[in-house]
Amino acid sequence: MVTLKELSTQELFGPGHRLCTGCGPAATARITMKALEKPAIVVNATGCLEVASSIYPDTAWKVPWVHTLFENTAAVASGIEASLRKQGKADAVDIIAFGGDGGTFDIGIQALSGALERKHDFTYICYDNEAYMNTGIQRSGATPYGAATTTTPAGTKIPGKMDAKKDLIGVCVAHGVEYAATGSVAYWNDYITKVRRATAVKGPAVIHVLAPCPLGWRFETSETIKLAKLAVQTRYFPLYEVENGKYKLSMKIPKPTPLEEFLKPQGRFRHLFAPQFAKNLEELKRQVESNWNRVAQLCGEAPAQTARSPSQSSS
Amino acid sequence: MNGDEAVAFAAKQAQVDVVAAYPITPQTIIVERFSDYVANGEVDTQFVCVESEHSALSACVGSSLAGSRVFTATSSQGLALMHEVLYLASGLRTPIVMAVANRALSAPLNIHNDHSDMMGSRDCGWVQVYAENAQEAYDWTLQAFRIAENHKVSLPVTVNLDGFTISHAMEGVAVLEEDEVSEFVGKRDPMYRLDTTNPMTFGAMTLPDYYSEFKRQQVEAMNNAPPVITSVNDEFKKASGRQYSKLSAFNMEDADAAVLCMGSVAGTARAVATKLRGQGKRVGVVKVWQYRPFPTRELATVLSKVKSVGVIDRAVSFGAPYGALCSDIAATKVLTGIQTKIFNPICGLGGRDVKPADIEGIFETALRHAGGAPIDDPVTFVGVRP
Repeated sequence: MVTLKELSTQELFGPGHRLCTGCGPAATARITMKALEKPAIVVNATGCLEVASSIYPDTAWKVPWVHTLFENTAAVASGIEASLRKQGKADAVDIIAFGGDGGTFDIGIQALSGALERKHDFTYICYDNEAYMNTGIQRSGATPYGAATTTTPAGTKIPGKMDAKKDLIGVCVAHGVEYAATGSVAYWNDYITKVRRATAVKGPAVIHVLAPCPLGWRFETSETIKLAKLAVQTRYFPLYEVENGKYKLSMKIPKPTPLEEFLKPQGRFRHLFAPQFAKNLEELKRQVESNWNRVAQLCGEAPAQTARSPSQSSS
Repeated sequence: MNGDEAVAFAAKQAQVDVVAAYPITPQTIIVERFSDYVANGEVDTQFVCVESEHSALSACVGSSLAGSRVFTATSSQGLALMHEVLYLASGLRTPIVMAVANRALSAPLNIHNDHSDMMGSRDCGWVQVYAENAQEAYDWTLQAFRIAENHKVSLPVTVNLDGFTISHAMEGVAVLEEDEVSEFVGKRDPMYRLDTTNPMTFGAMTLPDYYSEFKRQQVEAMNNAPPVITSVNDEFKKASGRQYSKLSAFNMEDADAAVLCMGSVAGTARAVATKLRGQGKRVGVVKVWQYRPFPTRELATVLSKVKSVGVIDRAVSFGAPYGALCSDIAATKVLTGIQTKIFNPICGLGGRDVKPADIEGIFETALRHAGGAPIDDPVTFVGVRP
């Protein structure tokens, strides 16, 4: 694990960007750039990070940076890599592609799939705030079950999104990528280690980072890191890595914090605590537990011993 | 060789750094031949065989921004899928060269030639030229790199060749020697690129306070293109002996009536015009090579000499007063004050053969208009069942 002292004091993702106070994606971009050990070129999909960091004539980026479209980030990265290879510079430069969950799980997954299959040497980082936050909090393939968004509102009949979150890492691993991992802005040293492993790989690597959004998740802007930590500690967002198909848990979480502690501070889950939606809350818990068990099993760990019940929660 | 092979050979001789492409009929032979060059080590090109046309052009944009000379090719639905990336390529001022083997758009599905694909994207900010045959497709592809990569232009270029009629038809093509091409095309010298020693931001979010200025600069670049194209045409003549220009006028000096068209139909039109000349009918043909930027003044000069012109469109502009090319000629009339009567035969949709008899009918109509007959049908569909 890297220590604070070893980190560069240089801010390649500079202050002065216009992202919100407490923005998880902003923290993701900052620590990603601190992790890099080589000169980098950044490709950024359309999304919060892009629009709020590049408003002409200002820029927050002290590296060569390009935004093109929403869904083609991995394809643009492919082209840059091909050009650098032709120039004989491919090994001297890290190509980092940033996409949000909408740009990665949904509209950009075809371009990502193609780039992974073709084995371009780049690192794709999905900053996942679990909805289309830039356009005003619409559901994506990364929005969890039960979450209220503006296209899956908490109605009187339908309490938020009724579909589960996609398994992005599973999709990437199925392409045979040498390195894939999940990360969290709350565990910066784990994350930085992973970015370094990802960039060291010759070929594509993918990191999926949970990046809380105070606006979209509806929590206090001072609580971003706390929420990111709770996501990990409640087993809501397992931290793991996959090297050459071999899964490994980064944090074992033997005594998980009750999921309610992660859900309750967030407005997007508030409706699940109404009595008529108790079943839906249970379903979300079931999905979280089943996902943890799935990942734990892939990592060669024993599955959770007991299912959570409402009596175990902190409420 | 056929038109597609001629284009692939030109891209090979231009020593492109990166090709990112996706197969689609009738462009596929370009990608296949280029793949042969790569597989046989005949080129030092990074060939990125992408998963869609959207990614093809996106990868081209990435490579071009990184400083490479870039080539791709597509057709029809592929061009339509690229639509938003076309605007990106011109807006980011990436000098990509793309061959478009023109083909109809679905529905109904049709793989054959017309100009619906490119006409659907004609305002995308690319320089657009149309070839009449395989020789022209080869020649324009070589010239396109020089036009696109000129710093005064720095815009992407499409070289259009009619699907099947040119792309798949075998013809004799006179090619330049490798060293002649190297000397003519030279190496790309990018103005700006993704450079870790000189970091720059590309594709910034631009709000109402600056967006218009970016567009104005693109207009300026397009306005800079004609003299650049002329000088490239002149240099190419020195290298090849073949003279290109914005348009080609055939028997127009003393003509009363004319047919104006783009692409392979021009050959049929010239043959028919020659036959009618033999009958004492004073007819000529105007072929537009350079469609964007549109050569308004040059066309006005050549058309001002005739009393009537039939402007052939190979695509429908649904609900519009004319097809796309004829709309531009109508605007040319308004802008320059020429008095030439115009009418708009639309023909050859979805690969329907444009026969000499069809062209002859258009000439006869033009001659009638030239003789004072009124224009009863400003837009007609030629060779279509009633």
